[in-house]
Amino acid sequence: MTNLRFGLLGLALIVALWLAGRLVTNEYVFFAGYAVAQYILLATAWNLLGGYAGYVNFGTAAFFALGAYVSVAVNKLFEPPLIVLILVGALASGAVGLAMGYLTLKLRGVFFSIATLALAIVAQAVVTNWEFVGGSSGAYLLRPTAGPWGGSYVEYLFYVMLVMAVGAVVLARCIERSKIGFGLAAIRDDELVGEAYGVPTLRLKLLVTVLSGALMGMAGAPLPFYVAYLDPPSAFNLAYAVNTIAMPLIGGASTWVGPVIGAVLLTAVQETAMVTISSAANLMIVGLLMVLFISLAPNGIMGLLRGVRSRA
Amino acid sequence: MTAPLLTVDQLTKRFGGFVALDQVSLQVAQGERLGLIGPNGSGKSTLVNCISGTVPISSGRVLLDRERIDRLPPHRRAQLGLVRSFQLPRPFGSLTIADNLKVAMLYAGKPSSDSIHDLLALLGLEDKAGRLPRELTQIEMRKLELARAMAANPRLLIVDEVMAGLSHAEVDEIVELLLRLNEAGVTIVMIEHIMRAVMAFSQRLVCIVAGRKVADGDPREVTGDAHVLKAYLGE
Ligand SMILES: Nc1ncnc2c1ncn2[C@@H]1O[C@H](COP(=O)(O)OP(=O)(O)OP(=O)(O)O)[C@@H](O)[C@H]1O
Ligand SMILES: [Mg+2]
Repeated sequence: MTNLRFGLLGLALIVALWLAGRLVTNEYVFFAGYAVAQYILLATAWNLLGGYAGYVNFGTAAFFALGAYVSVAVNKLFEPPLIVLILVGALASGAVGLAMGYLTLKLRGVFFSIATLALAIVAQAVVTNWEFVGGSSGAYLLRPTAGPWGGSYVEYLFYVMLVMAVGAVVLARCIERSKIGFGLAAIRDDELVGEAYGVPTLRLKLLVTVLSGALMGMAGAPLPFYVAYLDPPSAFNLAYAVNTIAMPLIGGASTWVGPVIGAVLLTAVQETAMVTISSAANLMIVGLLMVLFISLAPNGIMGLLRGVRSRA
Repeated sequence: MTAPLLTVDQLTKRFGGFVALDQVSLQVAQGERLGLIGPNGSGKSTLVNCISGTVPISSGRVLLDRERIDRLPPHRRAQLGLVRSFQLPRPFGSLTIADNLKVAMLYAGKPSSDSIHDLLALLGLEDKAGRLPRELTQIEMRKLELARAMAANPRLLIVDEVMAGLSHAEVDEIVELLLRLNEAGVTIVMIEHIMRAVMAFSQRLVCIVAGRKVADGDPREVTGDAHVLKAYLGE
C-alpha cells in the first residue's frame, strides 16, 4: 500500500469514528477513547527512537509533562485555541529532544537510557518549583463545557487526540519504509557498520529524537483540559514511561503496527483491572506482561504472528 | 603515472601504549589492484579501520584524491566512494539479505544499473534475498559482506579476508569477480592470507609486519623478500 493510500485509510478511520461518535451518549466512551488514542500517540512516538533506532528512552514522562505544562503556562497567558497549545507543546518538547540528543546520543545502549531517566527526574524537579504553573500544589484548569463544534469538550478532546494519533501512525509508517527507516534499522542493528556504509548516524538519531520528543509534547498539551487538575506527580507519573515502553514491546517494536496493538491492548487491560481489581494492580500487570513478552516473545505479538505465518 | 587515489602518509595508530601501526605510508593508484599481506595481528585490519574512519588515527594523514579525509566521519568517506568489508561478517541482523544491500545502496551507492538482485545473483545468493542473515552459513555471510560492499558502489574497495573458508573453486570465482569489478573501474585493495588468490589478483603487494611496512612492490619480489620470508617462516 502506498503512503498516500495509507494516509487516506487513516482519514477514513477518523471519519468513521466521528460518525460512530454521533450515536454515543455516554461521556465515558470519549474519556476512554482519549486514553487509548493518547497511548497510541505516545507509544508510536517512543517507537520511532526505541523500536526503529534501538535507543530506549525512559524519559517519556518528561516530554509528555513538558507539553502539558507549557500548555498550562501559555494558556494562562493568552488562552489561545487548543491547536496553538499543541504546536507550542511540540516545539518545547522537540527542543528538549534536540538538546537531550546532543548531550546523550554519543552514549550507547544502557547509558543513553539512564541519561533519559535522569532528564525526567530533573524536569520534574524544575516543574515542581515553577510557581507560575502551580508548583507542587498543581494547577486547576477550567474545562470549557462545550467543544467549538458543539458536543462536549471531552468529545472534542477525543477527536483532537484521535487525529494526532492517526497522523503519528501514518508518519511512522512512512518513515519505516523510507530511506530514513532503513538508516534507523542499520543504527539499531550495528551502528558502526551503518556508518561504514554511509549512514549519517548522528544526524538520523537527532532527527528522530526531536520528532519523538515533539510528538510526546503534542500528546501532553491537551492533558490539562482532560484532567482539569494537573500536578507534577500525576503529569510525571511513572506509568507513562513504563506503558510507552511496554506497549511497543508487547505489540512488536520493529513495525508501526506493534505500538498500536500494544496501546489498545494494554489500555483495555488496565481499564478493566482498574474497575475490577484496583488501580494499584495496573503497573503490576504491565510489569508481568513485559517480563512475559521479553522472555517468551521478544518480538511481540507481531513477531508471534510472523512466526505462525512462516511455519504455515 | 596518474595521481594516487588513496594516500596514507606516516600513519600511526596506538591502542593505549601498544603501537598497532607505526608510521605506515602507502599509495594506491587509480584503477590499481593492490594486495596487502602480513602475519596474524600485524595490523592489516587496523589499517583498514583507520582508512575508513572506523577507529580514529593517532597521527599521520589519509588522503583520497589529494583531499584529506582523516577527520571526516566514516559515513562521509563511504559516500566519497571509500568502501570496506568487515573481516568478521557484520550483517544488519534484523534486515533481510536484500535489505542489507539496500542500506548500502541508499546511503553510499549511486543509482546504478546493478540491481540488488543482480548483485545477489553474482554471488550466488539470489535464493536468499528474503532471508535473515542468521539463516546463512558462515561462507554465505562472507559473500554477503562482499555483495553489500559492492552495493555501495565503491571507487576504492577494500576487502578484508572475504575468502577465508571458501573452497578452491569459490576462491577462484571471487577472484574472477573482483578482477571484473576492477576492469569496470574500481580500485581494489585485497587483504588475504590465501596466497594463491593474492598472487592471481595483485599487481603490487604491500607487506606489513608488526605494524610496519616491510615491503612494497612487485608481487614476486615481495614474496621473495628476506623480511617477508622471515615474518612468515620465522628465523
Ligand atoms: N580495538 C583494539 N584495541 C586494542 N588492540 C587492538 C584493537 N584492534 C586491534 N588491536 C590489536 O592490534 C593488532 C593488530 O590487529 P589487526 O586486527 O589489525 O591484525 P590483522 O593484521 O588484521 O590480523 P589478522 O590477519 O589476524 O586479521 C593486534 O595485536 C590486535 O590485538
Ligand atoms: Mg585482520
